[in-house]
Amino acid sequence: MSDLNKLGLAEARDALCKGDVTSVELTESCLAAIDAADALNAFVHKTPEIALERAKAADARIKGGDAPSMCGLPIGIKDLFCTKGVPSQAASKILEGFKPEYESTVSQQLADAGAVMLGKLNMDEFAMGSSNETSVYGNAVSPWRRGNDDVQLTPGGSSGGSASAVAADLCLAATGTDTGGSIRQPAAFTGITGIKPTYGRCSRWGIVAFASSLDQAGPMTKNVRDAAIMLETMCGHDPKDSTSAELAVPNFEAMLTGDIKGKKIGIPKEYRMDGMPAEIEKLWADGAEMLKAAGAEIVDISLPHTKYALPAYYVIAPAEASSNLARYDGVRYGRRATLAQGDGITEMYEKTRAEGFGHEVQRRVMVGTYVLSAGFYDAYYNRARRVRTLIKKDFEDVFAAGVDAILTPATPSASFGLGEMTEADPVQMYLNDVFTVTVNLAGLPGISVPAGLDAQGLPLGLQLIGRPWDEGDLLNTAYALENAAGFVAKPGKWW
Amino acid sequence: MSIDQSTAAKVAKLARIKVEDDALPALASEFNTILGFIEQLNEVDVEGVEPMVSVEPMRLKRREDVVTDGNQQDKVLANAPDAREGFFAVPKVVE
Repeated sequence: MSDLNKLGLAEARDALCKGDVTSVELTESCLAAIDAADALNAFVHKTPEIALERAKAADARIKGGDAPSMCGLPIGIKDLFCTKGVPSQAASKILEGFKPEYESTVSQQLADAGAVMLGKLNMDEFAMGSSNETSVYGNAVSPWRRGNDDVQLTPGGSSGGSASAVAADLCLAATGTDTGGSIRQPAAFTGITGIKPTYGRCSRWGIVAFASSLDQAGPMTKNVRDAAIMLETMCGHDPKDSTSAELAVPNFEAMLTGDIKGKKIGIPKEYRMDGMPAEIEKLWADGAEMLKAAGAEIVDISLPHTKYALPAYYVIAPAEASSNLARYDGVRYGRRATLAQGDGITEMYEKTRAEGFGHEVQRRVMVGTYVLSAGFYDAYYNRARRVRTLIKKDFEDVFAAGVDAILTPATPSASFGLGEMTEADPVQMYLNDVFTVTVNLAGLPGISVPAGLDAQGLPLGLQLIGRPWDEGDLLNTAYALENAAGFVAKPGKWW
Repeated sequence: MSIDQSTAAKVAKLARIKVEDDALPALASEFNTILGFIEQLNEVDVEGVEPMVSVEPMRLKRREDVVTDGNQQDKVLANAPDAREGFFAVPKVVE
């Protein structure tokens, strides 16, 4: 078998089962692809020794007839996950040199299921960004290009390294995290599948915190079946995360029948934005037609507070970030600034945080500090939390009326060029998350499925939003959409 | 609400991030752009609406108040920029 790195999880699993291939062969194929793809800057800490050791162990387990669900499958891990003894920097200078003494619950569950870690993946610093341009490692680059144009494009963010690596076949799948769209937007930009589960499905323990009430981990994969396999491994109750749900995790893969007859799919009118590109509008209409042809009923719905989701998010997320990032003080881990003679502890904090945090992170920490400060707490923070209640109620009303899933575009545009947004004000960049951020605020599961190409040959994604805890049904609807859309395009190799 | 340079300086101080004086005008202007965007929330009628505390209605679990962890001083200190004699070391705090 050649090009083993191009396989998906399910295909590779079946080939391993049949003995057609070994995990060591799969892993070596991925490691070679990674080494040849430095131009994408997706893998920022490579761990070939760990990978080969785990691959050998996986081969032994497979031989012994004791293969767990992801045994021998090589994957990448976003740098936000703490991995024992391996640099885990959240793409920040302030965590330079940090090697955790512990393993995040999600990456531990993946390892326990036999998955092989190839290395750590690039991302926006502390997951704050939509283009992977705020990383201390430099930009991750999309493997996609606009026709023959050699302008470098963003893989999206914050899970940009994960998206680039999966789309370029450097690994079979990768972990991502999603606070406002950080799995779904990069998945859409790079023609792969990404699901953010219901808040509480995946343990947040050991994942560097950005906004704790919004953060969720999820898989980024080459297709919906792979997402089902990997999500099941990542989910489950964890006593170390007090918001982790004590619910049984179903066999998501077994729920992929592709049968969505009689399902009610809502089309929210508020997602039809002014100035939306005609291509996105058409993709959305085509997606609705595909689901209808598969037997679903399409209904128009209203989510009246949609417009206020982004402003509410840009109060709540920075507020939580300013609290969470207070721990980076140059004392317990990471990097401390060089101090001048006579500098006291306050100068140590201020210089360390000024040097260690990038511009966007500093901006968000300070906005968060402001909205939480005396005199503004009610006007900003409490108001935003009230609006969040209303946004969630919008969804509850729609689901109570019998809607099974909601179809929207995943992003307001296709991928853009690295550096093209540098001159824009921060709010312009925030608009990337306009269709995804509502889902985090409401704690719902959302999945991005590649559904077409724009005129320049770049991938576009559709998002499906499901009921809380109903990832199985959501994945099945996504599976039906995937089957109908028949997206098979891959980026041409230039790197 | 408009943020002036002295407010920007105060916020930077509260956040313990050193911002040079010549960077304050740009910072204040960025805050104003973001806060201008956030001001849209004032259009929403939130009368009688409870602020969200937990997105999924679940009761946080309680456990026995007992020691579950410990005896790993080396691991705790392993990543410290400056650890001495079993302690985190910082610049002198008390005169």
